[in-house]
Amino acid sequence: MAMVVKGTWVEIMQVVLQPEERAQSLPEETRKTPYILRASGFLLEDAEMDQPARIKTIIGREIGGTLVTVNPGYTHSFGKTIPELLTIGTEFEK
Amino acid sequence: MTIRDMSYSAVMARKNEIMKQSMGMDYDQFIQSPIAFDYESMMQATGYSMDDIMRIQSETKVGKTPLIELRNLTEAVRKISAPGKGALILVKDEAANASGSFKARRASVAVYDARRKGYKGVIAATSGNYGAAVASQAAQRKLKCIVIQEIYDSRGIGQPEIVEKSRACEAYGAEVLKLTVGPELFYMQLRTLEETGFFNASLYTPFGIRGIESLGYEIGTEVKIRYGRQPDVVAITHAGGGNLTGTARGLKLADCPNTRIVACSVDLSGLHMASDTDFNRKSFTTGHTGFGIPFATWPDRVDVPRNAARALRYMDEYHLVTQGEVFYITELLTKLEGLERGPAGNTSLTAAVGMAREMDKDQILVVQETEYTGAGKHHNSQLSFARENGIEVRRGDPGESVPGRSIIIPEHLSQVAGKIQDMDKLRRSYLVNAANHLPVGNWTEDDVLFLAEDTKSSVDWVLANKPE
Repeated sequence: MAMVVKGTWVEIMQVVLQPEERAQSLPEETRKTPYILRASGFLLEDAEMDQPARIKTIIGREIGGTLVTVNPGYTHSFGKTIPELLTIGTEFEK
Repeated sequence: MTIRDMSYSAVMARKNEIMKQSMGMDYDQFIQSPIAFDYESMMQATGYSMDDIMRIQSETKVGKTPLIELRNLTEAVRKISAPGKGALILVKDEAANASGSFKARRASVAVYDARRKGYKGVIAATSGNYGAAVASQAAQRKLKCIVIQEIYDSRGIGQPEIVEKSRACEAYGAEVLKLTVGPELFYMQLRTLEETGFFNASLYTPFGIRGIESLGYEIGTEVKIRYGRQPDVVAITHAGGGNLTGTARGLKLADCPNTRIVACSVDLSGLHMASDTDFNRKSFTTGHTGFGIPFATWPDRVDVPRNAARALRYMDEYHLVTQGEVFYITELLTKLEGLERGPAGNTSLTAAVGMAREMDKDQILVVQETEYTGAGKHHNSQLSFARENGIEVRRGDPGESVPGRSIIIPEHLSQVAGKIQDMDKLRRSYLVNAANHLPVGNWTEDDVLFLAEDTKSSVDWVLANKPE
């Protein structure tokens, strides 16, 4: 099992509400899923991936959960080019 | 330390107590019945004048944004209009505020007030630009900030636009609590307010809405000086109602009683807002009918006892546009005006095209916002994500699109028309919701008067249209 050292920037995941604890009047497809929290912070003690861990967030709060990601980042982008947009506003547009 | 019951029902039952502690404001003094309350007194209870608000905002890089003429777009609209038609389109470039949207105005006064009252931090529950706005304002006022966001579906996949808004909050130093789909966001907010003792920078407090008044005030004042007339129409993207309410109030303060207030939303009818599977089939995460209609027809569905954002009170017209039309106009704004801005902020610009065509050439139509753009918050990102999720994307007649199934980008500017809503139907829907809170038989004279004011109708209209 991979050990992650104290002080590493990580993401934890926590089940906030099990399906049966969730709000009434949810659509069926939502009600059958647990309500899940993800948060990032510095690992407070060495921990293994997919095991319980505690973090200190950027504002100094402590949160516990399951260690899921090391160095969580962002991968959102401008996406693949949508050719349908390209000619809008150009001389090639009818 | 007392161990408190943190179950869903127990935390929700402590709602009123948590709210009072987290806002330093007691709503009980304004509430007259399950329907009526003293709206103006609540708004004035913030204690800030317009001068105070503009001073507070100038300290944290908010306001006095450029009001620019969209000459090429106006010219393009005139080409497809009848002779003598085609109003001058102006846009208020709100992307110039710190954090890149008008939401900075909304956050500025709330965060200032939190600091003044001695809170150590602020909390906002939002997946919109408001999160980054609160984080940016909190950073400048040296307060801690927590943003609670609905980001992912149960597979852990997030809309690129929301993921970007989450990134922005973290960039400004906020702790972000990233949640899956569900209205339990409010439960998380209450829990976190209770745990931290932070200030509730709700979107719907009088502080938030008063902060937006400067936007309407700046528009009204500047248009009168530059063009010697009141703006004929101000087009406003409408979701929770704050943008419209604050702007309309500001225009009144700038003495523009003739200006028509037009709400604009993206039509997402048929998609359920709390659905795990519909969540990522939307290409707009705000400014759409999933918020716009329910909030217009019952504002008090929020995280504070009474909502300061009351859109129907100020709305003259309501226009809906399709996702494809907004993406078309976003691209056109970039190519014709050399101005690249985020698509959600261009909702009212899209509706403005259809309106300008019907207005006279010498009239003035103001689009009152833009928002920043970047990876994720971009029409190409949205369309690319939609296509990957099996949504059909093509050019054609936008009227044929089905939200969640297809996005049809117009082939020509003349296809950007928008769809006008029946205002009386919205008002009647509001009355039905009011009747669900207090049976019609129990409505007092005060309730009827309040309903008339809150729907911009009259006592006679309310009495003639009250539900059976």
